[in-house]
Amino acid sequence: MANRARPLSPHLQVYKPQLTSILSIGHRITGVALSVGSVLLIAWLLAAAGTREQFEWVQGLLASIPGQLLLLGWTFALNYHLLNGIRHLAWDMGWGLDLKRTYQTGWAVVALSILSTAAVWAAAHYY
Amino acid sequence: MSLRTPLQRVRGLGSAKEGVGHWWLQRLTAIALVPLTIWFMVSVIALQPADYDAVRAWLAQPLASVAAIGLVIALFYHAQLGVQVVIEDYVHQRKAEVVLQILTKFFCFFGALACSLAIIRISLGS
Repeated sequence: MANRARPLSPHLQVYKPQLTSILSIGHRITGVALSVGSVLLIAWLLAAAGTREQFEWVQGLLASIPGQLLLLGWTFALNYHLLNGIRHLAWDMGWGLDLKRTYQTGWAVVALSILSTAAVWAAAHYY
Repeated sequence: MSLRTPLQRVRGLGSAKEGVGHWWLQRLTAIALVPLTIWFMVSVIALQPADYDAVRAWLAQPLASVAAIGLVIALFYHAQLGVQVVIEDYVHQRKAEVVLQILTKFFCFFGALACSLAIIRISLGS
């Protein structure tokens, strides 16, 4: 193990935040958040397989104000991770890797995540 | 002098098309999750207000059961692969890293198991 004081590359906080870097770390943050948030899905499905009282108890938790805020964040994280994930799959196929396209698709992901989250909530509440 | 054959020596050292295993499974599950996630969101919206009977009737349909089980397996597999890389990148203390990796794998395995069992129970009407 080389523990000598070697020169290190500049760390993250040295760089100016850019759309590309923010979206990149955002993909990881939403990914981890969704993994933790999968507890909601487990609870919801297990309750649906259980009794009516158990299901209504979980639904009640989700309908409370903290529950609704959590679900709103969850919806946004899911939509963002889904849309940015499609962007990543396009990159994997070699499409959209130039600077111009990277920014275009990046802003498209930002706009569509907000719009789709709003659409999901509007549809769920007023449909 | 080694009595091992060249094939024996190289086996398990990577580059036998196994090196991309993690990367490939992450993409494979991502591709599966695109339609499955959209289907799940649209279905849950259409169910609102989602009461007990409506949710169970929806999940009891054969196609919905299959899609939902596919969704939870792909989801927890994908989550496990993704969180694994995040831990590898950011947790530099070896013991903590190993503990977190084990907990992540266990959580995702039992998450997929619990969700699948719940769906199967509903599907069989029990």
